[in-house]
Amino acid sequence: MSALRRWAIALGVLLLGRKKRQPRFADRPRIVPPGDADPRAEWLVLVLLLFAAAAAVGFIVVYSFNHLAHQTQYLGLALGLAFACVAAALILVAKRLVVTEELEEDYPLPHPTTQEELEQLVEESGDRLTRKRLLLTGAGAAAGAIGAALVVPALSLGPLLDTGGFYETPWRRGVRLVDEHGKLLLLDEIEDGTFYTAYAQRADKELLGSPLVVVRFEPSQLHLPPKRRDWAPGGVVAYSKICTHAGCAVALFRKPTFPVVEPGPALICPCHYSTFDPTRGAKVIFGPAGRPLPQLPLAVDSSGVLRAAGNFSGPVGPSWSGVRSKAPRNAS
Amino acid sequence: MHAVVRRALATVIVVLALPAAAGAQPGVGVKAKTGKGLYAAYCLSCHGVDGSGVTSTSHPPGVLDVHGLGPPLKGVGALAADFYLTIGYMPLADPHEQPRHTKSPFDDREIAALVAYVASLGKGAGVPHPQPQRGDISRGLSLFTEHCAGCHQVVAEGGYVTNAVAPPLHQATPVQIAEAVRIGPYLMPTFPASQISDSQLNSIIAYVQWAKHPDDRGGWSIGRIGPVPEGLVAWLIAATALVGCCLVIGRRFQR
Amino acid sequence: MIRAVVRYLDERSGTAPFLKKALRYVFPDHWSFLLGEVALYTFVILVGTGIYLTLFFEPSTATTYYTGHYLPLRGHEMSVAYRSAVDLSFKVRAGLLMRQTHHWAADVFVASIVLHMLRIFFTGAFRKPRDLTYYLGLTMLIVALLEGYLGYSLVDDLLSGMGLAIGYSVLMSIPFVGGNLALLLWGAPFPGKPDFESRMYVAHVFLLPILIATLLGLHLFLVAARHHTQFRESRRTTEKKVIGIPTFPGQAPRSLGLFFAVAAVLFLLGGLIQINPIWLWGPYHVAQGTNGAQPDWYLGWLIGALRLVPSFDVTIGHYTLVPNPFWGGALFPLLVFLILYLSPWLERRLTGEYGFRHLLDRPRDAPWRTALGAALFTWVFVVFLAGASDRVFVSFGVSYVGQIWVYRVLVVILPVVALFATRRLCLALQESERLGRIRKQAEAEARGEMPQPE
Repeated sequence: MSALRRWAIALGVLLLGRKKRQPRFADRPRIVPPGDADPRAEWLVLVLLLFAAAAAVGFIVVYSFNHLAHQTQYLGLALGLAFACVAAALILVAKRLVVTEELEEDYPLPHPTTQEELEQLVEESGDRLTRKRLLLTGAGAAAGAIGAALVVPALSLGPLLDTGGFYETPWRRGVRLVDEHGKLLLLDEIEDGTFYTAYAQRADKELLGSPLVVVRFEPSQLHLPPKRRDWAPGGVVAYSKICTHAGCAVALFRKPTFPVVEPGPALICPCHYSTFDPTRGAKVIFGPAGRPLPQLPLAVDSSGVLRAAGNFSGPVGPSWSGVRSKAPRNAS
Repeated sequence: MHAVVRRALATVIVVLALPAAAGAQPGVGVKAKTGKGLYAAYCLSCHGVDGSGVTSTSHPPGVLDVHGLGPPLKGVGALAADFYLTIGYMPLADPHEQPRHTKSPFDDREIAALVAYVASLGKGAGVPHPQPQRGDISRGLSLFTEHCAGCHQVVAEGGYVTNAVAPPLHQATPVQIAEAVRIGPYLMPTFPASQISDSQLNSIIAYVQWAKHPDDRGGWSIGRIGPVPEGLVAWLIAATALVGCCLVIGRRFQR
Repeated sequence: MIRAVVRYLDERSGTAPFLKKALRYVFPDHWSFLLGEVALYTFVILVGTGIYLTLFFEPSTATTYYTGHYLPLRGHEMSVAYRSAVDLSFKVRAGLLMRQTHHWAADVFVASIVLHMLRIFFTGAFRKPRDLTYYLGLTMLIVALLEGYLGYSLVDDLLSGMGLAIGYSVLMSIPFVGGNLALLLWGAPFPGKPDFESRMYVAHVFLLPILIATLLGLHLFLVAARHHTQFRESRRTTEKKVIGIPTFPGQAPRSLGLFFAVAAVLFLLGGLIQINPIWLWGPYHVAQGTNGAQPDWYLGWLIGALRLVPSFDVTIGHYTLVPNPFWGGALFPLLVFLILYLSPWLERRLTGEYGFRHLLDRPRDAPWRTALGAALFTWVFVVFLAGASDRVFVSFGVSYVGQIWVYRVLVVILPVVALFATRRLCLALQESERLGRIRKQAEAEARGEMPQPE
């Protein structure tokens, strides 16, 4: 017991004792100017550091739980507070416990003589060369060609020049329309007032050319361009679901309940609100898209299944220079 | 302002005229008697006599010379009436405005009466009884993303549709969701049972119910709409706090 | 102890003289000089938390099905990348804290670079001999934007997929070469080859961080080699001498304190405020979208620009020359950065000042620069605000179409207004200062004191 007490006292003296050591460099002029002690700030720094330690221990404790509600919050709080305490302690040290000196120093100047020497050095090194320009040309050629040779393998990243892929879609005459789960779309099951997402049967759903948005109108409501008169059997129209502006899915169908006072039907992209009129060949009526959604001609087979009657009216997805130069074609 | 005064006046007149209106059609049941009265007072100017609709401004004016506009209600059924009335979309002051979720001016008894009356106008669907507890949240998320998220946002926080708002679904009850899916109010599509079956609807409702209090284990949810509020926090909280730290640590001009 | 360390180091590296010089290196003391340090320390946190995340994240687009505890995603088809991001948020202890802190740090990193850049711009700190430092800083800003974009795109949730589709479309829209560039990066038409995910990953965790670190090293080296600028504060601060506090003991605890403050703010945010809850968004599929998809704030000016451009493609006959996204998504940021890069040169040309400038201007002391800067940043800011107009409609009911038209007008008018208003303001401030000085002098004379020479 008494041994323990003695140890405790010794530790206390060691930690709490305020002893001024003899400065070792008393014989030299000081580098850092002297300043007054600030015992209160010292105590405050100590308290902050201990808080930081406690918070960090708290972090470890919270971490050690296997299932704890709001664990992320406690972890963040503990670590954040630990850092905050250390930050406060350091700022206090900066402002109250070390001397804030004011030093001055010359801004560096350029070195004109050395600059000239460098120039001279390079020039003199080339003294023995008689066909300097020719050699430089040769070096340039070598460097350029080697550089190009090193860059060329990067072309393996993608088919740089073959942009034909942009025109490919899984559609052609006769391809059936299926829903998300592969179920065939039947003309009779398509109701008006709603929208369906359809895909090409047996095609990858994640290709830009695959998804369609299918909507039905009264045939009298449709005002398709003259060439597309028979593209909408029973008033069912199908457009590419990928916005021609920035490639997002046209996932909004605006359908008025009471058309007398409400805006007309529209297909809308949720990224930049390009708005297309599905009754008029998906013409752009608002927003930034530069061309209509490509329309897919539809036909119905003898069993009532909706099929493509050809490929899209234009290339699918975002535009590029020359996008409309070619017509889309089937990928297979 | 005008609309409010007009509506108040209409109420007074209708209350006075109620016995007469009730006597006019003896065939309708007790509930529908008040229903018909309420209809005459609040709905008739826009939806026409017996729910025949007012589809053009050349139509003769209704109660108090109000030139209303509204779709016919014959055959919309109790389902539609219940939806529009319980959610407070109707009565609507200006037919050109998007109806918004408000507290209905009617009490439950009056709503029931009106619903019964509108249902009696023609054959239509009854109020649905969805069972979200039978739904599957995971399937609900798929279905919601496929059919609903484009407008209502994937956590049902609401969104923008050109010229209108797709409202957030925080306050929608399961019945209202089921009704809205089937009728497609205002600019919303109408999803028939052949497209979204009743059991799928249960899943969607289960998901929407779940999305009212989703798993926000990241902490304060700040709206669950992603980067806009996150950017606000980054600037207004983080950047501000750090500039504050710089001001504390560094010196400011003394002049 | 100290003696032992110093001796050990000096005997083996001979760096004692250098160390002494470094410890007594002079830092002019002003709060605004710390903004760059905030960016630096945020970068440190980004690297730390980022390394932690790489230990759990799997950059693969292979298809998998979620079977974890989180109900709404049970049984969903998704990429391994998305699944591992959800798992590291839910199953890895402290994983969500690290992910959220990393994301907040990304947001704050760009914010602090922008603040730092504004300070540099409006005080004229980009003038010779620090123009090269400034170019490096701007380049880091661009790399940071790209790095952030790749970061949230990697996760393959619904928002990242939509963001990538937009990025792809903007690249595609670059006249003549856009389609080829997109094919080169993505390997195939969108959503690209499976390798695209690993390409993004190697860029995000290796190439771009190394690039930032290298640029950062050069940036700091140049700062140290040319010394800091300083404000014209007293008669002792001149173009010849820099005045300030030494690295040690003055600046070290300040700077370290700032580091811990940055860490505290980021970890507190990471733990307490939810950012990018990917489990709520669900996995990405080409045919799906969510309303109000937005990029992180630092790309908000681009979505604003994309939305403001009216519907048109530039075409010659049947040939599409410039697709629409080019204007807002590519040309607009190019122009903004071009102006920023050219600023030092433009200022030299316009003012005819070719000498060294170590003393900073207060914004009011250089009315034209301040006014032009205000115009530029107002322009960007208006476009930035336009990017949030859909959420403004949903939250406050202000018509979206109306807002877009108002912004289309404001984008032209406000920069001009800002230009002249700022110039007037600067001149007015100068004038009021001049009057204040005259009054003080007059008062001093009235008291019979000797007028102080300025």
